[in-house]
Amino acid sequence: MWLNTTWFVLYVAIIAGYVILDGFDLGVGMLSPFVARTDTEKRILLNSIGPVWDGNEVWLVLGGGALFAAFPLVYASLFSGFYTAMMLVLFVLILRTVAIEFRSKRESSRWRAMWDGVFFAASFGITLLLGVALGNVIQGVAVDQAGNMRLNLLDLLNPYAIAVGATAVAMLSLHGAIFLTQKVEGLLLDRVTKLIPKLMAVFFTLMTVLMAWTLLLNEEITTNYKVRLWIAIFPLLGLVAVLVSWRFLLKKQYLSAFIASACMIGLLLATVAAGMYPVLIPSSIDPDYDLTVINAASASQTLAVMLVIAVIGLPFVLMYTAGVYFFFRGKVSLDQESY
Amino acid sequence: MTTEMLHRIQFGLTISFHFIFPPMSLGVGLVLIIFGVKSVRTKDPKWRQLSMFWVKIYGLIFSMGIATGIVQEFQFGTNWAVYSRFVGNIFGSLLAAEGIFAFMLEGGFLGLMLFGGTKLGNKMWLFATTMVVAGATFSAVWIVMANSWMQTPQGYAIKDVGYGDQAFMTSFSDVMFTPSFGPRILHVTAASWMVGTSLVISVAAYYLLKKRHVELAKTMMRVALPIFTVLAVLQVVLFGANQAIEVTHQQPEKLAAMEGLYTSTTCAPMYIIGWTNPDTETTSGLSIPCLLSILSYQSPKAEVTGLQEFPKDEWANVNLVFQVYHLMINLGMLFIAIGAMACILWIWKRKLWDQRWMLWILVSSIVLTELATLSGWWTAEFGRQPWVVWQLLRTDGAQSPNVTFAQVAFSIGMFVILYALVFMMFISLLNQMIQKGPPPPEEEGASESLPDSFGEIFRHRSRVSSRDN
Repeated sequence: MWLNTTWFVLYVAIIAGYVILDGFDLGVGMLSPFVARTDTEKRILLNSIGPVWDGNEVWLVLGGGALFAAFPLVYASLFSGFYTAMMLVLFVLILRTVAIEFRSKRESSRWRAMWDGVFFAASFGITLLLGVALGNVIQGVAVDQAGNMRLNLLDLLNPYAIAVGATAVAMLSLHGAIFLTQKVEGLLLDRVTKLIPKLMAVFFTLMTVLMAWTLLLNEEITTNYKVRLWIAIFPLLGLVAVLVSWRFLLKKQYLSAFIASACMIGLLLATVAAGMYPVLIPSSIDPDYDLTVINAASASQTLAVMLVIAVIGLPFVLMYTAGVYFFFRGKVSLDQESY
Repeated sequence: MTTEMLHRIQFGLTISFHFIFPPMSLGVGLVLIIFGVKSVRTKDPKWRQLSMFWVKIYGLIFSMGIATGIVQEFQFGTNWAVYSRFVGNIFGSLLAAEGIFAFMLEGGFLGLMLFGGTKLGNKMWLFATTMVVAGATFSAVWIVMANSWMQTPQGYAIKDVGYGDQAFMTSFSDVMFTPSFGPRILHVTAASWMVGTSLVISVAAYYLLKKRHVELAKTMMRVALPIFTVLAVLQVVLFGANQAIEVTHQQPEKLAAMEGLYTSTTCAPMYIIGWTNPDTETTSGLSIPCLLSILSYQSPKAEVTGLQEFPKDEWANVNLVFQVYHLMINLGMLFIAIGAMACILWIWKRKLWDQRWMLWILVSSIVLTELATLSGWWTAEFGRQPWVVWQLLRTDGAQSPNVTFAQVAFSIGMFVILYALVFMMFISLLNQMIQKGPPPPEEEGASESLPDSFGEIFRHRSRVSSRDN
């Protein structure tokens, strides 16, 4: 049992790692048409994430692998149940990768404009789709006794899920903007800093609405918060993190503001996870069919082996990730190796 | 057409397209390490020129590998839910280990490798490159390990705890080191190095034909051609033969399908080309008598088991497996001939550089090595049918029961369009890089001011950070 809970926590941490890291480069993609006007500015944005974006995306791949290993029944049920949505995620992921890679390899302005469009649309699409998927998971889906769900794309597009998707778009745009404050200067920095208060207002409003909506309509989560009162620390600290981030932005301490924004994302995911535990996917048909950290998990032998692997591997991952970010710190300048 | 068949078509298409890229980047990675080592040792600027040229190509190939690889990571769950539940405890953990140990290493250092040329000295750039290539190699190890478990499963116990049969792990080391793993990883790694070196050979031969960058092209050829030739020989006499023997012992019905052997035969022949007829259950063509018995059991009198000894509903598509297997074998023989001929012209006759017919053959080598590697993989995968996990789980029935025909038809359509477009652009960008050629040599000492040890990277407040506020 403690192994299952440990893996639940680790899994939330991996997802948080993905949303925090790939989140800012998705945010940069969503902001690019609004803050970058010239070709040089667009390249600066692209190169601000250039050396790190695909390391960030690896967290998603790791998330897929860890889910397969630790909770194979969720991996099988969720991905087959959300088939068409998952396929769309894969298509936009491919498009985004090639957009970043191909864009600056030709001088033609039509070629570049096309890939700029793809980069924006794909960044937006991934964020929205993953947000909508998370919304459906929080709300519960029609999981049957065998663990299968039969849904089509339209079932996924319900108001609550769309609200989560929209909040994700606002959150990651804000996170991307805060990231950019460390990377750009001059006119670009002015435009980014002017945009931040607006993004923050939109995000804050959406988040508040979403929390109220969840507490009013989702009995399981509300009950969990009443029973384990201490978990209210996650949303409260999340709120503190937003305010701290805002103060650092005003003081122009951009790195600290970014770290506060990253903490906020982690805390918000913890808020959701703590409210749902031990359920991973609630069944809207019958609570007995819920997929939980117990019935959907691998056996303890596998979980133990995987824990050893994670304990050996993750410290290295964090160490060299930190090293690479340190090496590429500071404002972006373009040279012959840039995108 | 059944939905199961559509699932198989989609998996086959996407994995085959993906499998074009990782072997190429593994092999080019090996060559990049050699360039890097030479650059550190000799200080000759040409090595850095070659490194900076090939690292760009590496980046392009690598990004294609990532874009198409993510699809694979998710496709087990989306299309093969029953399979995913069955193998999650085992296959899932190998995949997760690949993520932590291999992908993270690659992803972490890739930025330093691709963008570090103007920011890092020779030694640190070589370090970053070695880390990326090590990551790619670990990735091959883990994924071949996972696939080998599907070919020769062990270290498991099957139980149904409410969601259908599941294979639970009883021993992680048995799961990791199944009998087919060793022979297969050697065969795959050697094949990947051949694909990568043949890309270098192709580009070098092209430059020699066009009389461009001639000195650099000769250097590329001197590095890649010997590796390619030695591997071509080892692949046939050692790694390939070793793998065929392993299949004979572990999966005899697969070997019988590969050779189109229906009835058990002593002094069994090995075909050079042939055609199997499923109606008469015979194979005809050009063959070498007794060779299969000799290769499989090291004795001409040994009996090789035929397909008829096994239930007919456990046969693979014999002619298909036969054809892709023989395509690989024949290409393998051709590589020995090409490599040997090129080496003779180069070392003994001293006129490789202006033998245009030979250079044209060398230009085409990348297409041939890709084809050989793909057909080898097809042999392994088609040959495993009708099982998805050898003798434990049939492919038909392992698909997601809740995904409809229309959904899969839609996703196949999208993949075909997307991959066709992306592939055309990949080829055109690769061509553009090759036409543009290597960068001019750096001025003497240009890279000497760059940080070239961990200490220098972390102590130096470099030019970037001095403007950081």
